Amino acid sequence: MAFLDYAPAPESTSILNLRDEYRLWIGGEWVAGGGASFASVSPSTEQPIATFATADEGDVDAAVRAARTAFRTVWGPMSGRDRGKFLFRIARILQERARELAVAESLDNGKPIKETRDADVPLVAQWFFHCAGWADKLDYVGLGAAPQPHGVAAQVIPWNFPLLMLAWKVAPALAAGNTVVLKPAETTPLTAMLFAEVCEQAGLPAGVVNLITGAGETGAALVRHPDVDKVAFTGSTAVGREIAKALAGTPKRLTLELGGKGANIVFDDAPLDQAIEGIVNGIFFNQGQVCCAGSRLLVQENVHDAVLERLKERMATLRLGDPLDKNTDIGAINSSEQLARITRLVDQGEAEGGERWAPDCELPAKGYWFPPTVVSGVEASSTIAREEIFGPVLSVLTFRTPDEAIAKANNTPYGLSAGIWSDKGSRVLAVADKLRAGVVWANTFNKFDPASPFGGYKESGYGREGGVQGMQAYLKAGK
Amino acid sequence: MTTPSAALAPAERAVQLLGGDLSEVALRRHLEGLPAVDAVGLEARAASLGTRSIKTSSKQAALDLTIRMIDLTTLQGNDTRGKVHSLVAKALVPDASDPSTPRPAAVCVYGDMVGNAVEALGSAWSNGRDDGINVAAVATAFPSGRASLPVKLQDTRDAVAAGADEIDMVIDRGAFLEGNYGKVFDEIVATKEACRRTDGTFAHLKVILETGELVTYDNVRRASWLSILAGGDFIKTSTGKVQPAATLPVTLLMLQVVRDWERLTGERIGVKPAGGIATAKDAMKYLVTVAETCGEAWLDPHLFRFGASSLLNDVLLQRQKLTTGRYSGPDYVTID
Repeated sequence: MAFLDYAPAPESTSILNLRDEYRLWIGGEWVAGGGASFASVSPSTEQPIATFATADEGDVDAAVRAARTAFRTVWGPMSGRDRGKFLFRIARILQERARELAVAESLDNGKPIKETRDADVPLVAQWFFHCAGWADKLDYVGLGAAPQPHGVAAQVIPWNFPLLMLAWKVAPALAAGNTVVLKPAETTPLTAMLFAEVCEQAGLPAGVVNLITGAGETGAALVRHPDVDKVAFTGSTAVGREIAKALAGTPKRLTLELGGKGANIVFDDAPLDQAIEGIVNGIFFNQGQVCCAGSRLLVQENVHDAVLERLKERMATLRLGDPLDKNTDIGAINSSEQLARITRLVDQGEAEGGERWAPDCELPAKGYWFPPTVVSGVEASSTIAREEIFGPVLSVLTFRTPDEAIAKANNTPYGLSAGIWSDKGSRVLAVADKLRAGVVWANTFNKFDPASPFGGYKESGYGREGGVQGMQAYLKAGK
Repeated sequence: MTTPSAALAPAERAVQLLGGDLSEVALRRHLEGLPAVDAVGLEARAASLGTRSIKTSSKQAALDLTIRMIDLTTLQGNDTRGKVHSLVAKALVPDASDPSTPRPAAVCVYGDMVGNAVEALGSAWSNGRDDGINVAAVATAFPSGRASLPVKLQDTRDAVAAGADEIDMVIDRGAFLEGNYGKVFDEIVATKEACRRTDGTFAHLKVILETGELVTYDNVRRASWLSILAGGDFIKTSTGKVQPAATLPVTLLMLQVVRDWERLTGERIGVKPAGGIATAKDAMKYLVTVAETCGEAWLDPHLFRFGASSLLNDVLLQRQKLTTGRYSGPDYVTID
């Protein structure tokens, strides 16, 4: 056996204590949903994990009412210090159950356990700790003395970072004094249900957090509910646009975190080995199913060949397979629909003249898989340079001068993220200044911190999550 | 076991790469033109390689490989003949309870102890063969390197004459930090020449950078590249006398250098982290880093070594655990 054929090192699922059936969690009770229940399957095996309820309009209404009652009677009147105690308690329980949550997330989403263990779940706890600290310091978020919560927040989150996106939404909302109704994506509802258990464990008053499952219709009913004060959505630009239309003319506050087509710019003086790591991390982290993925590599022409050669060599060491194996780098694509979309777009990229390359790696027979892929010779006008693929596919473009790099990087309807690789500090600052992207990483990529605001320009959405700005989104100026 | 070292003109690599009229200016320009190293990114990559999970059959193979890569070392002022004999005995029979245990690649001693080591090894001394145990000697006024060049060279010649198969030299860190790359270069070239045996073959030359004194990763990359250009067969992190000694990020960086050298010339240079690698778990992180950076070809004692003393016993304990299913304790492995 060759050394690099590492023996299987699977993380055990015995830590999980899952139910066969999950209901809606409304007002602190598990209640049946009015719609038809559905199964969530493990994307790596296509095996069903559990069934989940679908919330119909009546259930949505019940959830919003529960949240309103909790806001009026318990959570709204509670002191910031006491709210903070609950959030700190939740954060600690999340840490205590970290391994279980990491396994559940990997199972339900298909992402490698390495990522859920080292990135998703630690960040989830960090977010709650960070926001817990804000709960009694709201006078300092920049809205004047005694800022007020909006009331009931309706939150709809995507499937790519299920528990992390829940934390990004729930933690600041609760810290600011809002109550929430949250709907996880229909392909990844599992960790939200485990989060309900965490809230129970923490003794969180009934109705402060309500978790309802279902597909797009449930989400649409939730954001349209008249008694909702604030809507926060993370997901596709198309759905975000629908929500913005539906909310126009209402007093509801809205923040949207949508798609992206991030540029990762490599200058010829870049620290080359680290830039390669940054490119890999930027596009293959979470199988590229990341809204801020560095999916467009802009590489200076004079180092294009060297970068591509090293990148391919590095990609050949990526390990695709069982997400629960601790050595897996590339897990499964979340759903067959997503896999079909990736496949279609890459085929189109190839048809438009792109040169497609993937390392020689065997894809498991069962499940949804796509190999890490690089498409070179892509032009700014190519479909795969413009459309968000949301998969492990890197489009490679070239540039000659910093101005050209900036122009190409900005030439997209999106504006969520960008990366700059250069050893020259002055160049990094000058280029970062001109990039129209909500987050610009210099000599690194995909770094997240609860103290740092995250959000987009243009069609990538509006509003910020994280930092002072993230807290402001859940508050209004006091009287 | 000896690595075949071709009898090249010592600075041939530099001449080939930088042109015939090899000057200090050309050397400086070359070294300073190497791509920069981003410290945060390098350390993040090393940390991520360190999370690989090596289990069951992979662990078994990794433990045996680790033993075969060890330069079992004693470098103390109070080394005696008895101490060296004891070290050699340990190298010959690492684990008396399990005869299948492989032997380390070499024993590493001070120059004046080479004769003792050769004598103690007896027929197990490789002496040019590929199936024995090498004797490695530190030389060139190890560990500080603060002596005149003639003294350093005589130190080297003495060790080679006494039978050293491998010479672990130190570079002049002071000269390097002064920017006097030419002096560092010339000393390596001269030391390489001093490794020449009477029959025209060379003792194998390991060049110790003492990365703990070079401090920055950019310096480590330049010193690695310089050492290879000057004729080093191996680049080695540390003497073990300065903290920090070997670290995973520094070793990763040096592995990237030898990988780049192979890409450029087709020639393979060895890497030896030394000092501070005390556990089997740490050693496996290094093996993962070697394999995922340079490929499995480098998982070979000719191309990767551990400079270590206490590492061997921890590997033996882990090995016993895999064989018996039970953890034993320090009294179940021998001290050397």
